[in-house]
Amino acid sequence: MPKKLKSKTQKARRTRQETKPQSLTPNLQFMGTGLSSDDLKKGKVCTTYWIGDTKYAWDRGIAIGKYLEGMKHGKILGVECHKCGRKMVPPRIFCEWCFKPIDNWIELFDTGTVNTFSLCYVTWDMQRVKNPIIPAVIEIDGASKGMGIMHLLGEIDPKKVHIGMKVKAVWKSEKEREGAITDIKYWKPVK
Amino acid sequence: MAMKERLTKADEAKPWYGELPVESLYTAGIAGEKFFRSIQEKGVFLGSKCHKCNMVYVPPKIYCEQDFEKLEDYVEVADCGSLESFTCVHIGLDGKRLLEPMIVGLINLDGASTSIVHMLGETTVEELCMGMRVCAVFKPKNKREGAITDILYFKPTKQ
Amino acid sequence: MGNRVAIVGAGMTKFVRRAQETGKELCYEAAKMALDSCDMNLDQIDAVALGTAPDTFDGVHMKGEYLSDGAGAFGKPYMRSYVGGGTGVFSVAQGWYHIASGLMDTCLVICEEKMSSYRPHPQGAFLTIFDHTTERPLKPNLLWIFALEMNRYMSTYGLRKEDIALVAVKNKNNALDHPCAQIAKAVTVKDILNSEVLAWPVQRLDVSPVSDGAVALILTNETIARRVTNKPVWIEGVGWSLETSYWTNRDLCYPRYVEEAARMAYKMAGVTCPRQQIHVAEPYDPFDYKELHHMEGLMLCGKGEAPQMTVDGITQRDGELPVCPSGGLLGVGNPIAAAGLMKVAELFWQLRGEAGKRQIARKPKRGVAQAWGDLMQVGTVVVVGI
Repeated sequence: MPKKLKSKTQKARRTRQETKPQSLTPNLQFMGTGLSSDDLKKGKVCTTYWIGDTKYAWDRGIAIGKYLEGMKHGKILGVECHKCGRKMVPPRIFCEWCFKPIDNWIELFDTGTVNTFSLCYVTWDMQRVKNPIIPAVIEIDGASKGMGIMHLLGEIDPKKVHIGMKVKAVWKSEKEREGAITDIKYWKPVK
Repeated sequence: MAMKERLTKADEAKPWYGELPVESLYTAGIAGEKFFRSIQEKGVFLGSKCHKCNMVYVPPKIYCEQDFEKLEDYVEVADCGSLESFTCVHIGLDGKRLLEPMIVGLINLDGASTSIVHMLGETTVEELCMGMRVCAVFKPKNKREGAITDILYFKPTKQ
Repeated sequence: MGNRVAIVGAGMTKFVRRAQETGKELCYEAAKMALDSCDMNLDQIDAVALGTAPDTFDGVHMKGEYLSDGAGAFGKPYMRSYVGGGTGVFSVAQGWYHIASGLMDTCLVICEEKMSSYRPHPQGAFLTIFDHTTERPLKPNLLWIFALEMNRYMSTYGLRKEDIALVAVKNKNNALDHPCAQIAKAVTVKDILNSEVLAWPVQRLDVSPVSDGAVALILTNETIARRVTNKPVWIEGVGWSLETSYWTNRDLCYPRYVEEAARMAYKMAGVTCPRQQIHVAEPYDPFDYKELHHMEGLMLCGKGEAPQMTVDGITQRDGELPVCPSGGLLGVGNPIAAAGLMKVAELFWQLRGEAGKRQIARKPKRGVAQAWGDLMQVGTVVVVGI
């Protein structure tokens, strides 16, 4: 359990204290007209609404293409830089530290350690969800220290999630796998 | 360095498909509010006049972009003007051919220093020429909502 | 390092949740106020440096071009810079090198954001910061990344939420004295701990609000500065630095990129002991823990020591090292790029003794402002002094 921090000073200045202006302050006039959401609903001001139609097809690229192909076979692939020796995941075709090409592919484990996590109760458009989604950064076993990926935790009581916890990937069945990050359904704790 | 791997068939690329949720609500702004309300309520175009350089901005701005004066003098300009340029659009936003081509014009209203872009109607491209007189055709007042679409289009008029 | 550059004027709009003004109009109001504050006009401005964050907020592509007339860029060398949330402070560096290089004598620096245009919630504009193939299929939202970082920070140093909440209490209370503040409401630690949990450990009041607003500064070389004001505020150092964009491969507990940016700026400013030589700090505080994170990155204290400094009251406005006396993003509001520039404007007013009710009594001589952005990986730092 984290300890309560105690103030070392005699009086912790937690309350706001009035400070007097030290010199003549020019009389500044700030512009800006605030609207309430009601103002918009009731059409108090003229507005234009626009719904964009944005569809994309993002190429997976060389490194991520191969990474996802590995996922299809139930494997997590990484790369190793010859120069700095880092074993990296997600894989990349160049080391961003050494700026050298990489073609040394390695197979990593599908287990790891929770580096950090969150219990998320809202969606991107701020709608509440009842059961928290548990995103985590998971450091993958077999990669260099600190090499994590973002994924989700499951099969666990949210109250029991903790940093440093060992977890294992729960894969979709071979038939269901399509070469996507979602081929791993989530990560569950291991004893 | 040459490309390390090359795709020979397009479907090998296996892209990840996705969408961006993009919706926007734009306010007309301080000057825009005056402009659109005037069209909605009176069918009158407003501009803002810079007393330093005599520019009349239509649609109005709260500032003169040339000398940065604050503009507070809103003046009425005519709903007719001269056609500065025009084009005929045959392709829609989705890249497909439009059933009815659309004529778009640049109109300099009488009394304004700047031009506005809008549709041209009740005419054909063959009839149009630069410098020709055009006038605004508004929606009926009860259908107007304080937007640029309160003007249906501009149509040519006899001099 | 190059010609001396001074800040001679500042202006800003109120920060509001939804502005009736268009982005251009917000820019104009801030720019006009800045020019008027030092009795200059647009003819005397050689170049304009604009900073604004993603186009998606305003819903206008090529936002730099769109805002240009309101930013006073008509017929002038003009460029928009964009490093995500770090933009506001970076734009000062952009203005600085225009003048330090001798290319320009004066430069108007202006930052704008109109986040309210984005529907249904501006968070949507951030969805694409996550990798489209390896992360977006997991349906992440922006809060995840901060919650993950905050949890890592708390766990590494064994911190409680109560102690981190003190930052939000301080900043929101400081903002009561800011005439532009969006949220002028006194809060207590209890209020923060009782606010809605969004993505634990992040709760509603740990987060700065979504805002519309614009801020502008006038930068000049020494000759002009001496002519237009008797209280120039000198830009003593600028710095910026990036971390890897593989955010899940990074040390989430310590902002090394902020340290690197700070080292660059401090070196230029001749600051060797930041804790002694910096009298007021405006680190970026979109979330309460970020102020602590950034104080450590700015080397105003050792790693993991910022919470204790906060508990001790050192960072209060009347403390030894006031931090975010403006009220910061948590209190004044967070129109991304404009919020960063607001921090530099605050130092300008504080160092000149013009901060009104917010004035630090101890007559600060040197201050540091910092912002952070992109994928939590860019640090931008400006040191100013009189």
